[in-house]
Amino acid sequence: MSTTELAAHEVPKVAIELSVNGKRYRREVEPRELLVQFLREELRLTGTHIGCDTTYCGACTVLLNGEPVKSCTVLAVQADGGEVLTVEGLEQDGQLHPLQAAFSEHHGLQCGYCTPGMLMSAYALLERNPKPSRKEIRKGIQGNVCRCTGYHNIFEAIEAAAAAMRKE
Amino acid sequence: MYPAPFRYHRAESVAEAIGMLSELGEGARALAGGQSLLVLLKIRFDEPTDLVDLARIPGLDAIEQRDGEVRIGALATHARIARSEIAAAIPIVRDCANGIADNQVRSRGTIGGNLCSGDPSCDWPALLTTLDAQVHCEGPAGKRSLPVDGFVEDLYATALQEGEIVTGVSFALPGPGSAGAYVGFKRCAPAYPTTSVGVQLTLSGADCVDARIALGSSGLTPIHATAAEAELRGQTLGEAVIRRAAEAAVAASDPIDDQRGSPAFKRRLIDTLVRRGIDVARRRCAGEQVEVSHEYY
Repeated sequence: MSTTELAAHEVPKVAIELSVNGKRYRREVEPRELLVQFLREELRLTGTHIGCDTTYCGACTVLLNGEPVKSCTVLAVQADGGEVLTVEGLEQDGQLHPLQAAFSEHHGLQCGYCTPGMLMSAYALLERNPKPSRKEIRKGIQGNVCRCTGYHNIFEAIEAAAAAMRKE
Repeated sequence: MYPAPFRYHRAESVAEAIGMLSELGEGARALAGGQSLLVLLKIRFDEPTDLVDLARIPGLDAIEQRDGEVRIGALATHARIARSEIAAAIPIVRDCANGIADNQVRSRGTIGGNLCSGDPSCDWPALLTTLDAQVHCEGPAGKRSLPVDGFVEDLYATALQEGEIVTGVSFALPGPGSAGAYVGFKRCAPAYPTTSVGVQLTLSGADCVDARIALGSSGLTPIHATAAEAELRGQTLGEAVIRRAAEAAVAASDPIDDQRGSPAFKRRLIDTLVRRGIDVARRRCAGEQVEVSHEYY
């Protein structure tokens, strides 16, 4: 299926403009640049992790126009004109987001590698469903793999965060 | 992992997309949500010279029901289909839309892309075969509609001609006494199914007036299990009839040996899933609310 290979310098860059955590950015990108690489390497927002790089693990999850996506499987040019929320955008005025506070309080992590993606999937879940059942929480983070915790404390943290957010 | 370099073009209309794809020729690929294509590009399974992005074409993502027909635009995402009134009204559509991969992939992946990737592990081709859907295409030679059965011709090969794209799919709204189920088994949420099965039954009491059965991830293309349907049609649904239908579906399958399991394992799964699909479809025909989707550990 392979065709004549192009060299990177033969390919015109594409101008994109997008909002990340409320801030506007305008950059020229190579068409093949992935959103996760754009976030990490162009914007130096390294909170979004690259885990499996094969659309499996969910460590790279961010919100694009309000929906959770795996940023290793989105081109930066596809996000043109969009609004991106990364883990760096969760805290407000130096205060941890209730999800971040609950993950800390309930020890919802061990090595922490999957945590940014877990937080973003949990955020997307609670936006849509402020009072999820345990089963709905499991479904909500079905696309995020944690190899340390066995998920138990992650469920506890999301439940606690949901309760805290409902009180606000 | 970076894909190999390619040029990027954004189509603003169907006509512009067809023009771009025709002009750019065989090195060009159409991009919708990218959840199948980008995965292949990253491992350099394919190295196109040009991508034509269809995602911004207005009007291609509509999900509508009119005059007894359901029409779903090619750019409708799995997530939007799962949340649609169509999915609420037709449980087999919800089973499939909710069963594909995980939340993140369903946010981006589209029904058109799923169909056009030609990947035998994709679920929409099998689901649409179960519903006897039509695929609506537009290309340099104009518009045409094809039955979905046979649209995926071979591994990663579809009936699309050069410059042609899928604009949507349509199928008849299942009538009274007709209901279906789409069930699959996968190793974990993001994984492709090990196998999946769609069953649509039209019943009069316990008598099967009509049946459609299709298999996904059970060979190099989606499989329309016509011999299994023939075992059910005109019969009273009992244990022996259902067993023969399951055996006929297994006989129609041709599962490959891969990391998801051996052919023998997959055949056992197909047998189980056909029985489960018939059971759920039958209960839904009787008005029972049954929630199913892909199962995983």
